[in-house]
Amino acid sequence: MADEPVYAPPPVIAPGHTFATVTDQIAAIVLTRRHPWSWLFGLSVGFMLTMMLMMAITWLLLKGTGIWGVNIPVGWGFAIINFVWWIGIGHAGTLISAILLLLKQDWRTSINRFAEAMTLFAVACAGIFPLIHTGRPWLAAYWLLPYPNTMGMWPQFRSPLIWDVFAVSTYAMVSLLFWYVGLVPDLATLRDRAKGLRLQRLFGVFSLGWRGSARHWERYESAYLLLAGLATPLVLSVHTVVSFDFAIGIIPGWHATIFPPYFVAGAIYAGFAMVLTLAIPLRVLYGLEDFITMRHLENMGKVTLVTGLIVAYGYVMEAFFGWYSANQYESFMIWNRVTGPYWYMYWALIFCNIITPQWLWFKKVRTTPVYLFLVAMVVNLGMWLERFVIVVTSLHRDFLPSSWGMYSPTRWDLMTFFGTIGLFVTLFFLFVRVLPMISIFEMRTMVPEAKVKGSKAH
Amino acid sequence: MNLAAIRSRLAGVEGRMYWRSLGELADTPEFRRYLHREFPEQASEWTDPKGRREFLKLMSASLALAGVGACTKQPPEDIVPYVRQPEDIVPGRPLFFASAIPFDGYAQAVLVESHMGRPTKIEGNPEHPASLGATDVFTQAAILGLYDPDRAQTITNRGEVRGWGNFLAALQSALSAQKGIQGAGIRFLTGTVTSPSMAELLATILRDYPQAKWHQYDSIGRDAARAAAQQPAGTASAPIYHFDKAEVVVSLDADFLSCGPASVRYQKDFARARRVTDERKEMNRLYAIESTPTLTGAKADHRLVLAAKEIEGFAGQLAAALSAGGAPSPQASPEWAKWASAIAKDLQAHRGRSAVVAGDFQTETVHALAHAMNQALGNIDATVTYGPALGAAVPDRSASLRDLVAAIDAGQVELLVVFDGNPAYTAPADLHFGERLMKIGLTVYHGLYVDETANLCHWNVAATHPLETWGDVRAFDGTVTLMQPIVAPLHEGRSADEVLGAFTVQPDRRNRDIVKDYWTRAFGGGGGWTIRDANGQPYKDAETFWRRSVHDGFIAGTAIADGGPATPFVPAPRPVTPPPAAAGAAAATPGNTLAQRNPPAPPPSATPASPAPRPAAPTAVPMQPSPDPSRASGSSQASSRDGSQGGLEIIFRPDPTVWDGRFANNGWLQELPKPLTKITWDTSAWIGPKLAEARGLQNGDVVVLKYRGNTARFPVFIVPGHPQQSVTVFFGYGRQKSGRVGTATKDAQQFNAFLLRTSDAPWFGDGLEISKTGDRYLLATTQEHHMMEGRAPVRVATLEEYAQEPSIIAEQGEKPPKTLTLYPEHVYDGYKWGMAIDLTSCTGCSACTIACVAENNIPVVGKEQVAIGREMHWIRVDHYFSGNNFDHAVEAYHQPVPCMQCENAPCELVCPVAATTHSSEGLNDMVYNRCVGTRYCSNNCPYKVRRFNFLLYQDWDTQSLYPMRNPDVSVRSRGVMEKCTYCVQRINQARIDAKGEDRSIRDGEIVTACQAACPSEAIVFGDLNDPNSQVSKIKKQERNYGILEDLNTRPRTTYLAALRNPNPELGE
Repeated sequence: MADEPVYAPPPVIAPGHTFATVTDQIAAIVLTRRHPWSWLFGLSVGFMLTMMLMMAITWLLLKGTGIWGVNIPVGWGFAIINFVWWIGIGHAGTLISAILLLLKQDWRTSINRFAEAMTLFAVACAGIFPLIHTGRPWLAAYWLLPYPNTMGMWPQFRSPLIWDVFAVSTYAMVSLLFWYVGLVPDLATLRDRAKGLRLQRLFGVFSLGWRGSARHWERYESAYLLLAGLATPLVLSVHTVVSFDFAIGIIPGWHATIFPPYFVAGAIYAGFAMVLTLAIPLRVLYGLEDFITMRHLENMGKVTLVTGLIVAYGYVMEAFFGWYSANQYESFMIWNRVTGPYWYMYWALIFCNIITPQWLWFKKVRTTPVYLFLVAMVVNLGMWLERFVIVVTSLHRDFLPSSWGMYSPTRWDLMTFFGTIGLFVTLFFLFVRVLPMISIFEMRTMVPEAKVKGSKAH
Repeated sequence: MNLAAIRSRLAGVEGRMYWRSLGELADTPEFRRYLHREFPEQASEWTDPKGRREFLKLMSASLALAGVGACTKQPPEDIVPYVRQPEDIVPGRPLFFASAIPFDGYAQAVLVESHMGRPTKIEGNPEHPASLGATDVFTQAAILGLYDPDRAQTITNRGEVRGWGNFLAALQSALSAQKGIQGAGIRFLTGTVTSPSMAELLATILRDYPQAKWHQYDSIGRDAARAAAQQPAGTASAPIYHFDKAEVVVSLDADFLSCGPASVRYQKDFARARRVTDERKEMNRLYAIESTPTLTGAKADHRLVLAAKEIEGFAGQLAAALSAGGAPSPQASPEWAKWASAIAKDLQAHRGRSAVVAGDFQTETVHALAHAMNQALGNIDATVTYGPALGAAVPDRSASLRDLVAAIDAGQVELLVVFDGNPAYTAPADLHFGERLMKIGLTVYHGLYVDETANLCHWNVAATHPLETWGDVRAFDGTVTLMQPIVAPLHEGRSADEVLGAFTVQPDRRNRDIVKDYWTRAFGGGGGWTIRDANGQPYKDAETFWRRSVHDGFIAGTAIADGGPATPFVPAPRPVTPPPAAAGAAAATPGNTLAQRNPPAPPPSATPASPAPRPAAPTAVPMQPSPDPSRASGSSQASSRDGSQGGLEIIFRPDPTVWDGRFANNGWLQELPKPLTKITWDTSAWIGPKLAEARGLQNGDVVVLKYRGNTARFPVFIVPGHPQQSVTVFFGYGRQKSGRVGTATKDAQQFNAFLLRTSDAPWFGDGLEISKTGDRYLLATTQEHHMMEGRAPVRVATLEEYAQEPSIIAEQGEKPPKTLTLYPEHVYDGYKWGMAIDLTSCTGCSACTIACVAENNIPVVGKEQVAIGREMHWIRVDHYFSGNNFDHAVEAYHQPVPCMQCENAPCELVCPVAATTHSSEGLNDMVYNRCVGTRYCSNNCPYKVRRFNFLLYQDWDTQSLYPMRNPDVSVRSRGVMEKCTYCVQRINQARIDAKGEDRSIRDGEIVTACQAACPSEAIVFGDLNDPNSQVSKIKKQERNYGILEDLNTRPRTTYLAALRNPNPELGE
């Protein structure tokens, strides 16, 4: 790494930045800069939606699951769709922080902090659903956990829902730790820069006495690497386990071996789309074009395209197996998806998840934030549709024609869904306001100063 | 507030009564309204638009909850143990009492399960020939009728609460006025009366008031059927069929399997003649010539679709082919000729072993032809028997109501007593009976509900429910069936006998005395009864006879076939005016006694044809001398009037679940999917696919039906196999005044077939016009898809195919090897429960569903919930059409689906909290307390038999429903999954009994609720580990299969394939 490489990718940070400018610019967002009116507006909208979520959940607890549109045969509806959707979105953060860290993809630096935050918030939104979708959440809250009790009653470990409990809670825990550990040096920076004793103390407490000594850095590096190593399998495992909820079932449309990889790919796909959705407005609003550069956007576009193709492969294979299995239930399932009463959902899904991302083959699209944003939004929608198609159209016509039925959401379903979007927005806006949305210290390693020093030191 | 009224109401109360305020005591509408205002939460539910039928929870929340939970304290109640233990009562063990539930005047014999004095479940009486242990849906649902919080509860006079004493006083003053004119102003209106004691009471009253008159009206009358057998009208019973002896049955628009007081026994006999076992590889053959598709037609081997008016022509054609006197019909097509000759040939080959059955709702001609054919075939007294009339009948029953109307118009009626039947709602539209009721000086209504008629009558006497009453009523075959009260009257009801008793010299006789006294005298030789015990031996004394008969639930040897007499109308123990000779003659032809006595005195009563009474009613039909309305309803009259206009034919039918509206307030019956359409909570007008296409109608389109100047609105439902130029409408809906469940919503006010029915064409007629309104109406069905989609949940073969190649059933599906599972086999050391359901026998009557509801405390969820797929029935009856031409006859199959109790149960695997587990006897147990409600088990159930309490469906608020619940079954709350348990409470009861006696459970000792109710004996339950158990033997048959066996779930509820026995001459 001594000299300039023959081929240099575009820099991950705009030219002209120094340690000081990086720190100034990112820390200022939290400490000194006035926040744009749009921040307040966004927060208000998010907050109102969150209140709506609270109301919807309260009514749910008072009246019961029946306020939703679920029925027999469609026992799972919006709640599970939303759960899987949010969990999927939550994948990008860890992927970016952990896997790309291990793969030494330095462009991840500018986006990992808020991608991880997004992960946490998405998992928080997702975590609401498995609990409230049960008939008796006050019991489900702890009966799904293995705790010793006088009756010797344990969860039923053959059920994928139990695996879910472990997978999702582990994932939430590790993501939180990973995110927090990565925050510690920056919290110390904010502590040092904060004016006013209260703020200093607050950041001081959370920075855990970080002084930036070499020993601190040494310990930090190994802890972070270990956590990355821990988080890496989780990226694959969580959505694999979530896919088991379906794959273990015998319902045509669920019972498929392709589900784990296809779900993981879909999750990354959804996650990157959501990172794009957040990054594109953020960089404009907070003037972070220098840090979140076109190279970042383009890379994320490429990842989105690749995972989108994997997902498309999954769809094709599903249809293929429907025919190749020569199983009448499987072939009917595909036929019903394509032409049945929910055909428009299926074709909307194909449009959103297969056709639209093909625009990302064009560099022009990948490097035009507006186009990219549009594609990302369509993919977000498409991934939600995918879960709808899997959950609802598989269940609504299963084996016995006599029990076939239809599903339509109620206003409470919609309120709960948009409520979680509100919760997500609220949490994210608060995050942007109180914590550095880009890792300051890691960005500092990106500026030329760091490189020069680093090479000289060796 | 009327203190006198309150005082009198208190006087009528037996035992201790708790009341909280004078307002409540008076039970005035104002007080009810006040309660409602005070506690409006339930009234203004804001999630769902509140309809009339918001489930039973709301049924009385506003009243019962408000009254209980309001500012008053619960009165202290002491729980006192028995000082002296009553005989036979063991806490926790139910007792069974024989009784009867009258239906259309005929007894449905029952055994009532009583838990600590409260009836909770009704079973058939296995000893009784009309039941043989089975029941129909109405009988099963009677238990909810008993506890219905909307029942009429007190005696009222113009809405004011009164006591029995007030009623008697008012009646006495009216009667004393009548004494002088020999009761010329008194009229009684009843339905069919088969009760000997009630007939005697009526006879006594009519003797004391010779000018009084008794009229009869049945909305679902079977007058045409009685007219056959070439006997004087009204003196013969309807024909009684013996389907167990009939190898070939021809139904001429007869729904004998699911409609009528004999259907339970007929189903049983029919199924027995149809059952195929390994030993007996033959079955009967049924030809159904029918208009409206029925369950009988669905069971038929051949079904010919004709308009109702064409049945007569075909019957003639068939009779001609049998040389039984009919003339070949001029309408006959080559197809008819082909059918007639094939059927005739088949019948000829089975002389004495066949039966031609004419429909209750067909014309007298059809009945006469059927009779002639049976005679020509030598079936009379072999498969068809006739006997004397069971109903104590007035002379011309079918014109009886019209006579009454004419008398009202003539101002001759001063006191009218109406016994049930709700004529203001059910009477033919042209009689305007409701308006006429209001012209009478004094009207008394005795009914179970405050209904349309009660609203118009001065005095309402709440009727006791059959389970609260002593009584005697005859079954279809004549067997005198005794009713005994299982519980003291819940309200201040009085029985019909008691109300009639008020007209006699002993006005305050109690119900039991009246019935027992009658039978004590009958035992002594009165009334033409010869009383012997079941073995033909005389009883020791009257008390022995009475106790025995009450215990058994019926009086042995009173069936027509055993020489039971007609229901005696004039036992005349104390003759007053008529000379003894006349009385004797009267007894010989009981039905005509009234007519004989009346002619000499011609005061204004006997004047249906007199021109005088014409004033107010513009549609006064009495003028038309139509001596035989049922005949008139046939093609001749109707077509001559309207045929040229090319109008459609209208067919009237009783509703399969609410009948003529009398069960409208019964949530169980409302929610029971109606056969063939699976519609709940609503009625519909049935049309064929072609008519639908021609008029551009879809299911749920509201149409206006115009018929003889009357209009009604109906949502249409397209039914394959319906005659193309006919429209069938069903009675029972559009109730203006019923309870909280039965009263019609705003949209459904006119869904009332009685608005269209005229007295001259009670069952069908031409000239219907139908026009689309553009409105849509939501019909909540439990099954939307009636095609099998090549999945063969019902496997079918003809008898011939099966006899030649029994593996034809197994070949219709795949059965993977048992080794295809990772988990070890379950081991069953003790019992291994299993069930088999014979689809050849099942008629789809749905008695199993209602029985299951009653046994397992299954809640009613209401129309809105059914519409979004949340019905709670643990056993449903799936219905599939087969055949590809929807315009013509289609085959229909019914399949009861309870939990399959799979060996490799997909539900057990996925429950995260082990709330559904495999028991050591093979059941998939459901642990309600453990369930958290993820619904994963239901998603993963390929049979979708699991039911989820999405909301709080159980009615915790209506106190009157508390005692109805089966104490052996958990009442499930919100958020819990539930499903069929094979009636595990019955299994456990049998296990306890067996252990107590140190033996193992015997085969047949456990009878599940569905199995017990099934009239076709299609459901068999037992121990699969016992190779000699009935179920094990049945499952050895080669037509035994499991649905979706290819999934390797290994269901232990299996099915015996549906076999058909088509006539090769007619092809498939």
